[in-house]
Amino acid sequence: MMIPSVPHPLGDWVRQMIPIPELAFLANALICIIAICAVAIGSAPILIYMERKVCAHIQCRLGPMRLGYRGTLQTIADVMKLLFKEVYAPSGADKFVFYLAPMIVLVAPFLVLAMIPFDHNLQVSNLSVGIPFVIAVNGFGILAILIGGWASNNKYSLLGALRSGAQMISYEISFALVLLFVVMVSGSASLMEITLSQSGTILDWWIFKIPVLGFLAFIMFFISSIAELNRAPFDIAEAEQELTGGYHTEYNGTAFAMFYLAEYINLITISSLASTCFLGGFFPPLIGVEAVDTILLKVPGFLWFAGKVVLMIWAYMMVRWTFVRPRVDQLMALEWKFLLPFNLLLLALGAVYIAF
Amino acid sequence: MKQPEIPISPSKYIKRYLKRCITGPISLLMGLSVTLRYFFNPKRIITEQYPENKKTLKMHPRYRGCLELIEDENDENLCTACGLCEKACPNASINILKTKNIAGKKVLGQYLFHLGSCTQCGLCIEACPFGAIRMNQEFELSSESVDSFDLILNKKEGRG
Repeated sequence: MMIPSVPHPLGDWVRQMIPIPELAFLANALICIIAICAVAIGSAPILIYMERKVCAHIQCRLGPMRLGYRGTLQTIADVMKLLFKEVYAPSGADKFVFYLAPMIVLVAPFLVLAMIPFDHNLQVSNLSVGIPFVIAVNGFGILAILIGGWASNNKYSLLGALRSGAQMISYEISFALVLLFVVMVSGSASLMEITLSQSGTILDWWIFKIPVLGFLAFIMFFISSIAELNRAPFDIAEAEQELTGGYHTEYNGTAFAMFYLAEYINLITISSLASTCFLGGFFPPLIGVEAVDTILLKVPGFLWFAGKVVLMIWAYMMVRWTFVRPRVDQLMALEWKFLLPFNLLLLALGAVYIAF
Repeated sequence: MKQPEIPISPSKYIKRYLKRCITGPISLLMGLSVTLRYFFNPKRIITEQYPENKKTLKMHPRYRGCLELIEDENDENLCTACGLCEKACPNASINILKTKNIAGKKVLGQYLFHLGSCTQCGLCIEACPFGAIRMNQEFELSSESVDSFDLILNKKEGRG
């Protein structure tokens, strides 16, 4: 929203107020960073609260109820507790790398969040290579998990990190292939262009526009993104029952909080990616009836976007608390024997769809 | 233990693969339907907000609380002091002190129950041939003194 390519009232105002273009650019960049941090860090406690409530209601419980109205202050109390804890590394750990990992893990979600178009003019940077950038940057997550597990000097951490490395590298392929499918049908790799290609009624969203393929591609994206997120049923890296937490077994206090934060910001970024690529981004679900559409169009685009993101996050939570974790070999078989051939087939069928 | 490899023909393998492609998603959707039903039905929640709903809290009928003798309105019980519950108790929480009534018949004098060592296993209730004892719904049994855990359950001497 702030760089010259994306016009926005606030950015234009800053550019007007500061005559030197370089300084104005820096000021805008600062506003962008603050906005992204506010969105990411501010929504993480809300998501943790939501996760606890969703999980509780699935299991016939109530979840946090005591602190604040229906337990709303519970996550804030938890974060406070984590921040005031002493930070220490196990003896024999590679201290530098050990503390580097939780910082690296936060890089990817923030960078991806900068690519997401939240509204017509609410985007930090409109890269023309948005999708390849997202795929490339997601690799930071694997890197952080690998070095975090390796530096902990703990066999459970190392096992978790190795398993997770194998898993994420495998699932990155189908993740990239599904995004490639979207790029192919929309004809652009820029996330803004992909969103704009879905303007119109609800049937113009990529999930519905291509008869069956769109929905299948969405399911494929859903499966591979769960693996990318390292959430159950693909939480091989954590595997609490077998590996006592996997790569972040040895982390505590602030460092653990950063891993936890990264998990939830990742949830936001992947959900926003899903709503950008398949659910029409910031466009309202118009149904073609004049009277209803005028009402729907009055709601600002970023609220539609937020609604879609929350819906996606809820879907991820339902899946997390329903399905069981597959074994490592089953996980690999699912990727290499099912998802990858299916995605290649999908890509070919998408090409046929474009041709005719 | 390594399982022996069963040779499988390619056509069989593909058939099994395609079958799993269909049955797998169906079974996943069945699981999801259960959790969705739970999620959208708040009546299923069984958590009790205990100190707040103390007035309205109703324990489940099969809850095992403190042992008590079944007594009628005149505080008369059915116990015959046979001592089967005392024998059935795995950690000797029950002591039955017998006495003789005016007719010289052996009856229940005092039914001593040590709540502190009771594990609420319910074996005494199963052992009782007369259905004279049960476990009530009382669960706020904590106390500051150990002595208060030694209870005398009967108010009146048994009738024999």
